[in-house]
Amino acid sequence: MRIARLFAVALLACLLAPLAARAESLVTSLSSHQVAISSNYSGSQVVLFGAIRRDGQTISRTGPYQAAVVVRGPPQTVTVRLREEMGVVWINGEQQKFADVPAFYAALTSAPLDQIAAPALRDRLAIGLDGLARHVGETAERDGREMVFRQSLVRLKREMGLYVAAERGVAFVTPQVFRAAIVLPADAPPGNYEVDVMLFSGGSLLARDRTNFELVKIGFEQRIATLAEEQSLLYGLGTAGAALFLGWLASVVFRRD
Amino acid sequence: MSIYLPVAELTVSLFMILGLGAAVGFISGLFGIGGGFLMTPLLIFLGIPPAVAVATQTAQIVASSTTSGLAALRRRALDLKLGGVLVVGGLVGTALGVWLFAAARRAGQLDLLIVVSYVTLFTIVGSLMLRESIREFLQSRKGKPRPRRRAGEHPAYLGLPLRMRFHRSKLYASVIPLWGIAMFIGFAGAMLGIGGGFILVPALLYLFRVPTNIVVGTSQFQILCTTLAALVLHAVANQAVDLVLALMLIVGGVFGAQFGARASTHLRADVFRFLLALLILGVGLRFAVELVLPPEEPFTLSITQIGGGE
Repeated sequence: MRIARLFAVALLACLLAPLAARAESLVTSLSSHQVAISSNYSGSQVVLFGAIRRDGQTISRTGPYQAAVVVRGPPQTVTVRLREEMGVVWINGEQQKFADVPAFYAALTSAPLDQIAAPALRDRLAIGLDGLARHVGETAERDGREMVFRQSLVRLKREMGLYVAAERGVAFVTPQVFRAAIVLPADAPPGNYEVDVMLFSGGSLLARDRTNFELVKIGFEQRIATLAEEQSLLYGLGTAGAALFLGWLASVVFRRD
Repeated sequence: MSIYLPVAELTVSLFMILGLGAAVGFISGLFGIGGGFLMTPLLIFLGIPPAVAVATQTAQIVASSTTSGLAALRRRALDLKLGGVLVVGGLVGTALGVWLFAAARRAGQLDLLIVVSYVTLFTIVGSLMLRESIREFLQSRKGKPRPRRRAGEHPAYLGLPLRMRFHRSKLYASVIPLWGIAMFIGFAGAMLGIGGGFILVPALLYLFRVPTNIVVGTSQFQILCTTLAALVLHAVANQAVDLVLALMLIVGGVFGAQFGARASTHLRADVFRFLLALLILGVGLRFAVELVLPPEEPFTLSITQIGGGE
């Protein structure tokens, strides 16, 4: 009986040991969970705060903590087309369709990527644009030919400012508290934005926390967009009515005869 | 000051769009044309998605043709019977145009369709107008007036079946060529976001010999009816009409057009036609360059579906 109890305690200790060794946990908070698009919207910023929580069992680390914040916008299906010369003109030729591509992507880290984690781990956690250019989206495989299109996809999104990477995007305020500013350009589309916060030390992942925020049209903008989508006939007639009215108004105000 | 376009889902500068509306409105007032053929390409160059640019521009044409149509009605410079016949053909063309627009958009070739259509239509119409205007200019130098139509002399297409008499336009002609031209203009208009006045006016003038004072009013009437239909069809079929953008374009256009109309009184008729021809040809060539030159960036990206994979 006594032996059995001892055995049970020993077993429990064994089970808990690996947990105790990585006892850091993350507490994160976003400055806002809903970002509103109003009539003078020209992009926005959401600030993420993270705190590293340690308990008495946590072993001390030799190196400093590093943090990575990955933000993914709402998924889209995009088509990448290659313009080809046909006779004297250039037209859209070969194309490749990618499903489940984030409309927006940001990888914010507290240090250059190679100080965060090894390439294999970074790829698995989807940190960094290089990994994205190898893995993003779901598409039909064509003996590697699709890779050219995938790389172009990431390059074009990057040029549009919708895919960003910042190696100093996360700043440690104290050794255990960090902040990251997520900057949303004006043409980042409305939808749900997932935020993946990861803590590293010595190249290994210690803790991970997920949160999200929503970019939404509000008020007038939202009513217009919903109307255009759901009551398109009414919306079309309304726009036509407004145009007719303004045209009539102009003919009255600027009457020249 | 920036303003968010709820349907296009992007932010533009309020003053830039108003200014653009005013500048194009000035030109449209100056030449008595709708200006859609300048505005739609400019919106596309500004980064507005082509579908939204074309569909929204139709709203601006509705407003500007209402203004000039009403003015023509007050001057009684409008043949409602001829206009009605043209509208019938125009509506058929508009429906076809919106349908092809939606089909090309689904196939991912909408941009190409717009560019190719602009190139062909504008270089042909522009060159014809330029030739006509240069010839007219040379003839007036030599003092030879343009030969007038003699009684009993009619082109063959006026004598096709289904002939109708249009008293106000002093025209007795088959409705078949009228429907044909109206259908073509409705089609091109819906696809390119243009009213088509710059084609309809010369066509009525030169091909059908409709009196000058009737032509502009009648063509405005036809344009009003077909773009009205195009606007509603675009809203339903493509959901690409942006009300906020439309209002800015209309307001800018109204003011520009007033100044343009005033400036036009200082312009000689032949110089005026020459400049208009150059303008139209210029737009066509601008698109041709885009089509022929090797692209700086060979890849293009377009969002085909919003939301996750199924």
